[in-house]
Amino acid sequence: MYKLLLCGRYLRTRYIALASIVSVTLGVATMIVVNSVMGGFRAEMHRRLHDILSDIVVESHSLEGIEDPEFVQAEVRRIVGADLAGMTSSVHIPAMLSFQVQQQWVTRQVNLIGVDEETYARVSDFGKYLLHPENRGQLNFLLREGGYDARLQEAGWTHRRRRVAYQRAYRQQQEQARQSFEAAQTSFGEEPARPAPPGPGPPAEMTPPPAVRPASPAAEPTRFQPARDPFAAATGGAEPVFDEMTQQHTGIILGIAIASVRQHTADGGVADFFLCRPGDDVKATFPTAGTPPQAVSDAFTVVDLYESKMSEYDSSFAFVPLRKLQQLRGMIDPRTGMASVTAIQIKLRDGANLDAVRDRLRERFPPYEYRYRIETWRELQGPLLAAVQMETTILNILLFLIIAVAGFGILATFFMIVVEKTRDIGILKSLGAPSGGILSIFLGYGLSLGAVGSGVGLILGLLFVTHINQIADLLELVTGQEVFDPTIYYFSEIPTVIHLPTLGWIVGGALLIAVLASVLPALRAARLHPVEALRYE
Amino acid sequence: MSSLVPLRRALPGGGVDGGPHLRIDQPWPPAGLPADPSAALLSARGLRKSYRKGNVVIPVLRGVDFHTAAGEFTAVVGQSGSGKSTLLHLLGTLDAPDTGEIHFQQRRIDNLPAAARDQLRSRQLGMIFQFYHLLPELSTLENVLAPVMISHGVWRYWRTRSHHRRRAVELLEMVGLGHRLRHKPRELSGGEMQRAAIARALVCRPRLLLADEPTGNLDRASGQEILHLLRSLNERENLTIVMVTHDEGIARQAHRVVRLVEGRVEET
Repeated sequence: MYKLLLCGRYLRTRYIALASIVSVTLGVATMIVVNSVMGGFRAEMHRRLHDILSDIVVESHSLEGIEDPEFVQAEVRRIVGADLAGMTSSVHIPAMLSFQVQQQWVTRQVNLIGVDEETYARVSDFGKYLLHPENRGQLNFLLREGGYDARLQEAGWTHRRRRVAYQRAYRQQQEQARQSFEAAQTSFGEEPARPAPPGPGPPAEMTPPPAVRPASPAAEPTRFQPARDPFAAATGGAEPVFDEMTQQHTGIILGIAIASVRQHTADGGVADFFLCRPGDDVKATFPTAGTPPQAVSDAFTVVDLYESKMSEYDSSFAFVPLRKLQQLRGMIDPRTGMASVTAIQIKLRDGANLDAVRDRLRERFPPYEYRYRIETWRELQGPLLAAVQMETTILNILLFLIIAVAGFGILATFFMIVVEKTRDIGILKSLGAPSGGILSIFLGYGLSLGAVGSGVGLILGLLFVTHINQIADLLELVTGQEVFDPTIYYFSEIPTVIHLPTLGWIVGGALLIAVLASVLPALRAARLHPVEALRYE
Repeated sequence: MSSLVPLRRALPGGGVDGGPHLRIDQPWPPAGLPADPSAALLSARGLRKSYRKGNVVIPVLRGVDFHTAAGEFTAVVGQSGSGKSTLLHLLGTLDAPDTGEIHFQQRRIDNLPAAARDQLRSRQLGMIFQFYHLLPELSTLENVLAPVMISHGVWRYWRTRSHHRRRAVELLEMVGLGHRLRHKPRELSGGEMQRAAIARALVCRPRLLLADEPTGNLDRASGQEILHLLRSLNERENLTIVMVTHDEGIARQAHRVVRLVEGRVEET
């Protein structure tokens, strides 16, 4: 009882000891904030990665793909059994995407994904990141009349018709200008020839070149020549009756960062400036499935944009219908009609053991017999997830060192308190207090200090986390420096996750350090000789 | 002086005004006390104790024989450095002799394990010191209760706390500090602190009270009050007291005076 009483009294009366635990408080609060923010980013990233990648992916090593996907799917169904929630086939290939911005062709490197409209939504939450609300419910590669995200202002058929009308008017204007220019040049070329000099005329080879320049633009283009489609030759130009005003090419869904640039506005906000939007046409160039691969191009109409807020995905993913991509790449066997795919995505029911299912599939399709690999979504994003995990671990180690430094502060303060309390220790011993009791007083005191320090740190940390966005705004206001740049992270707010076990080990670790720091001074106190302690001045 | 009224009232015929209840010129042993040292409550034989400072060995006790019977009030006197405080510390098991034996209630205590010595100190011995040695963080009442808290576990103390508290308040009222229960030691005078220390020493009903210069840090009046209190306790409670002092006048008020000279006993 005397131990509790003295611990309580020392806690209330030794303010210097309380000062020594400020660093414990700050360390605990910082660790909670950092872990919550890192955890928030990681959870958001995991969610988005998982949403896109499904649970397990059977991926072909080559771009030619898995030749008999139906067999593989049947085997997967048999092996996975009741754990299977959905499965889809897809084609993933690198591609170059080109579109016109201000009459100039812009080319982007993309990851072109052919998806099956019917089954892709069952294995992936890809749909919920589309900008058109109707496409979120059911994936569709047809251009909508309107109703797109408000940021796009004008998109869909409305935008397409207006754009085509404008382009036609522009081309007509250019054509007229060209004709007038040619007419002017023709009349200049046809003006009466100057009288021939006396004597025989010049030999034929000395005849001056005709005043009119060759009409063929291919020979020497003029500045008034209308813009040509450089992809016409690649695609064979075999779409003579295609009416852009009423028809669309095969639909394509682009990652929002491919089609836009995110910039700060004058008022300090953030806005997306769209380079192309639903209703515009793009050209995609990608390799065929043969060996060696040939480049093939085709025109697509942007039907929607995709915003997962994962910059890696938003700046590289473009989705097209699976069947069309298989046709263009020559992945359909003309004899059997069987279409190959480069990946089979598998979604398991909630609670299924991913690694166990993966192992069963690997056992059925060993890598030395089959030309594809079987991996979970975590393995596919292994380097990224490992990098984030390592970053978190290192940060935690560094931050824990702050608390360890605080531990040395407690150690020094405790030694001072033990010296100050030497006579009290002698009194307690003279009254019959055992050495273990004295040890308990100082260990309990260290534990109490740790509990107060980490408790206050816990409260401060949680308050900070719950108001982190307001604090970021305040810091921006005070320092003028942007704390959280939404153009980089694609999040409007700093994501945070309060993970109770993490809070537990942070507080537990701080308590342990405080107790460990008090062990040496407590031992010293316990070993004091009562007579020497009583005589201490 | 007024603070001692309850005690004076409790002691029939006693009190400073009425003269000491025990006469200092009473012959030794007083009636009722055993003349045979083997019947002593506390006895020590051949106690030697030296302190080492670097390579220098300083002998403090050079073979001390000592005994005190139950109910006896013994004064140990001597000059500074004569070894009287060291003797008291050895008798109180705060320190161990280099050689020699100490017996308490016919039981050897100098070679007891640490835990048993701690238990002995907390339950059978009471100690008071020149500088009072109250715990500054605790109130007067808590200081008096401290030995009980030490000798009892948390649950045992919690179950019997009202009983112990009642006894502590009674003791504080007896020593005239009933109105100072909540006061911290720094708010008390020297005499009051020593009286609180006496109450603390008595709370566990010890068989023996060891007092190390209890009046050494007090003015004459306060010293007399404390001395009177000790003598009254000895008489009323039949409490055995061993008091160390350098003041011959104070020592003369004890039943018996043991004189220490250069680490040896010169009994008078």
